[in-house]
Amino acid sequence: VSTIAPSAPLGLWYDQAGLSMSLLGFCEWLATTSGSIALHESVYMYPLVESAHVLTLCVFLGTAIMVDLRLLGLVFVRVPMTEIRRRLGPWVAAGFIVMVITGALLFYATPLRAYQSLWFRLKALALMLAGVNALVFHTGIDRRVAEWDRQPTPPRAARCAAATSLLLWAVVVVAGRMIAYSWFDCDKQPQPHLVNMLAGCVISPEGGPR
Amino acid sequence: VNFSFLDALPAIKAIAASRLGEAVGGSAWAFAVIESIHLLGLAVIGGAVLVVDLRLLGLGIRNQGVQEIAREAWPWFASSWTVMIVTGVLLFVCEPVKLYYSAAFFWKMVFLLLATTFTVTIKRRVLLAEEGRVSPLLLKLVGLTSLALWCGVGAGGRWIGFSAS
Repeated sequence: VSTIAPSAPLGLWYDQAGLSMSLLGFCEWLATTSGSIALHESVYMYPLVESAHVLTLCVFLGTAIMVDLRLLGLVFVRVPMTEIRRRLGPWVAAGFIVMVITGALLFYATPLRAYQSLWFRLKALALMLAGVNALVFHTGIDRRVAEWDRQPTPPRAARCAAATSLLLWAVVVVAGRMIAYSWFDCDKQPQPHLVNMLAGCVISPEGGPR
Repeated sequence: VNFSFLDALPAIKAIAASRLGEAVGGSAWAFAVIESIHLLGLAVIGGAVLVVDLRLLGLGIRNQGVQEIAREAWPWFASSWTVMIVTGVLLFVCEPVKLYYSAAFFWKMVFLLLATTFTVTIKRRVLLAEEGRVSPLLLKLVGLTSLALWCGVGAGGRWIGFSAS
């Protein structure tokens, strides 16, 4: 592992905080830990974790999509919103926990590649936005759910939140799938400047990858 | 076991050499995009199958009859199933020879046939039966069978990705 260059914009915060360790540096360190190497090189564990991550998509996103479709007034319009949430919510939550655990393990296996992946960054961004969207929904129109619980078509704000959620999760899925492809990897140079910047590639003065 | 018992290699090779086969098989982007749509379809079909099967198992939306839940979920199941088949066929066209010799693909197709047949025959009859005419035990059995068969399809699909090309 070469010395850490504080080039990644996100790393500046750490440097200013005196931690002198960028996110890139953290990922480089994480990649050298024995657990990360073991998972990365395992014959069965990595594929198993990956499979669990992909197939749990059905449970987490499948049920979340049904909740969003109800919010859009496109399915189960005669079932109150609170009933949908009470029955499907636990499946969304359980699926989400499995997704987070398996996702964290997948990141742990290849931290550096994930950190410098354009697609991973897009996925992380969409995940954060999905979180913000959920927060806005729950602290907003959802507080007055009693008023529109039984309406076949929920209020505009609720429908907007559901549509945004569906769009963002679609981005998460597609970007997540694309992480597997190496088109924009930092060790595939030359890349357009924009790609290198967005992926946080550290380029040596000669123009090649570090 | 794989599809090679069909002795159809010339036809498979013709698919690979066809204009569509060359177009999608020769492009890494085409494969990735079709695969992504296949995956989005998986999420929708997963939801549409789960809401009904969970209801059958008594774990889902309970304030409505099985019949109504099934009728509401059906268009989402049918449309996502169609998306899965169309994108699935395109994915097949991308690498027909590999899949022709793949045991994982063979089993995925077996499970797909079983799951689809079960859904449109036995499960559909049970779902559309009048409330109270079907015993709770049978409802649970149908829910479990459906879940198991669709899980088989999913696991087979994932397994294709691990089998050597």
